[in-house]
Amino acid sequence: MCNNANPYVPYVATIEDTWFETEGDRCVKTFKVTLDEAAARDSWSHQPGQCAMVGLLGIGESMFCISCSPTEGDFLRFSIMRAGKNTLALHEQEAGDKITVRGPYGNSFPMDDWKGKHIITIGGGIGQAPLRPIVEYVRANRDQYAGLTMIYGARTSEDLCFKGEFEEMAQSEDLSCNLTIDIEEEGWEHNVGFVPSMLMDLSPSPENAIAITCGPPIMIRFVLENLKKLGFADEQIYTTLENRMKCGFGKCGRCNVGNLYVCKDGPVFSYATLKEIPEAFA
Amino acid sequence: MEIIKLSKDKFADFLASLSEGEQKLYAPQWVGESLRFAPVTDSSKVELGMANTTVPPKSIFFPQTETLYRYELGGTEMQQPQVRDTGVVLGARPCDARALVIVDNLFNWDLEDPYYNEQRVKNTVVGLACNNPCANCFCPSVGGDPASTEGLDVLMTELEDVYLLQPLTEKGQKLCQSVAAVTEKAAAGDQDAAENLHQQAREQVARKIETEGIPENLPKLWENTLWQETANSCLGCGICTFLCPTCHCFDIQDEVEGIEGRRCRMWDSCMFKEYTLHASGHNPRPTRRERTRNRINHKYSYFVDKFDVIACVGCGRCINYCPVNIDILEILQQAKEAL
Repeated sequence: MCNNANPYVPYVATIEDTWFETEGDRCVKTFKVTLDEAAARDSWSHQPGQCAMVGLLGIGESMFCISCSPTEGDFLRFSIMRAGKNTLALHEQEAGDKITVRGPYGNSFPMDDWKGKHIITIGGGIGQAPLRPIVEYVRANRDQYAGLTMIYGARTSEDLCFKGEFEEMAQSEDLSCNLTIDIEEEGWEHNVGFVPSMLMDLSPSPENAIAITCGPPIMIRFVLENLKKLGFADEQIYTTLENRMKCGFGKCGRCNVGNLYVCKDGPVFSYATLKEIPEAFA
Repeated sequence: MEIIKLSKDKFADFLASLSEGEQKLYAPQWVGESLRFAPVTDSSKVELGMANTTVPPKSIFFPQTETLYRYELGGTEMQQPQVRDTGVVLGARPCDARALVIVDNLFNWDLEDPYYNEQRVKNTVVGLACNNPCANCFCPSVGGDPASTEGLDVLMTELEDVYLLQPLTEKGQKLCQSVAAVTEKAAAGDQDAAENLHQQAREQVARKIETEGIPENLPKLWENTLWQETANSCLGCGICTFLCPTCHCFDIQDEVEGIEGRRCRMWDSCMFKEYTLHASGHNPRPTRRERTRNRINHKYSYFVDKFDVIACVGCGRCINYCPVNIDILEILQQAKEAL
């Protein structure tokens, strides 16, 4: 949490580096940022799955997942799709520019409870952003986990985020890196097909495993169905939700799904919890 | 604590002693067509005779628009607003004061809200017992009472020629001491007369709902037709939430003029489409059906789940001011029958 008597007042941060993950109207740009105050950097501590309010004075704030693991260093990364007023303005920012950050907010993936297990991430499109910290966290603590399987897909190879990282991952013995795109492309050496089908092709064993999925609602629906077919129990399946937010700490009201606030009770939920909430996948 | 009484002919002096020094005094006054709590500048403008104000006194603690901090464009300094004066909120109805206690839960859940809490600490709430509840009042059904003391520092009861003032907290005791020059000790008979009025008022509350079973079962009516039926007449104006003393939802927006900017929060309503609209265009509560369902579930189920109290005090405003006569008690009654 912001180490501040007033949780509405954000930290000031400097953009260290930016790059585009994808192109097009709804392009994704990654921002690597560092909090300006040393005290803020010292008190900041986040876990995979947590979010932060990123903003520009004069424009506004929006909630984004932190797309890096704390094991990567003393910085934050946000991978932001251009979609509305705030994200458009953020996309105009470059290295050296100032943004505001408050957080971290929400619960996190229970990385400690998952120790000793086979971790399977199943992502689609920008849905890889909250899964990436899990992959990085497990890789940094690889001896504590039984295995790591990453399944990630997008419509085309251009629509895959974090492309620059996959070559090294494919060579690595740390993880099984499985990429897929919807339609055939010249020069594409990986799988062609939808993410839920690739999950069935790989058919990971549910034994001592945890599956975390994030992506478009339609993908999530079929991934959930397929995980059930593979024998995964509801408690072995996790996802992370997003909703419009203003405060980030359970006051402004709008992010609820049923009786749960995504900002505080989530964003990480097990399928065992969500299946009881009728509007969880609305 | 000693009960005191104020003769009605000393009311102006009473108001004057409450607004001495830097202390702000808020009391119900007509502002245009609405009765709301406003700073008192002319004691003759104070209107205590109406049952409920149009706008609840939540507007003192959680203003309709409030600056979170100011900044200059291009800068990174964020200036928080100045510390506010202490104040007295005079004439809050017991339901509205009880709403503050309910909303305290929300504003202090996990992270404390410094803006709301500052106003709560700095203001003394002087309540006015309801001698004549309105046609759509139902406070006893949701745990209230026309003379409830929850959230009050002083309970005031209007008798024929006097107001009886019963201090309830340390702040209330201090306030009563500060008006000693214009008040006197109450007689034993005064207190009996007040209690008689409280009892009469209790009996006058005409509308009722038996809430037992609603909080735990309401979400089970997810696909029930009652949500669509209610939504069919709803205009989505949001008045039910804006004037609700327990509604606390807000938006945060930046306002810029020249190079001066401020980030402020303002009342928002779950009845508006934009409330949940994602930047992608997706809306998890796309129609008034889902929004109505969320409003009632939030008040009568989700809030109870989190804070063990129904987020409704039975003030009747959402019924009185709905332009198409949507009636929360009728919704709840239909829900009861469907359960």
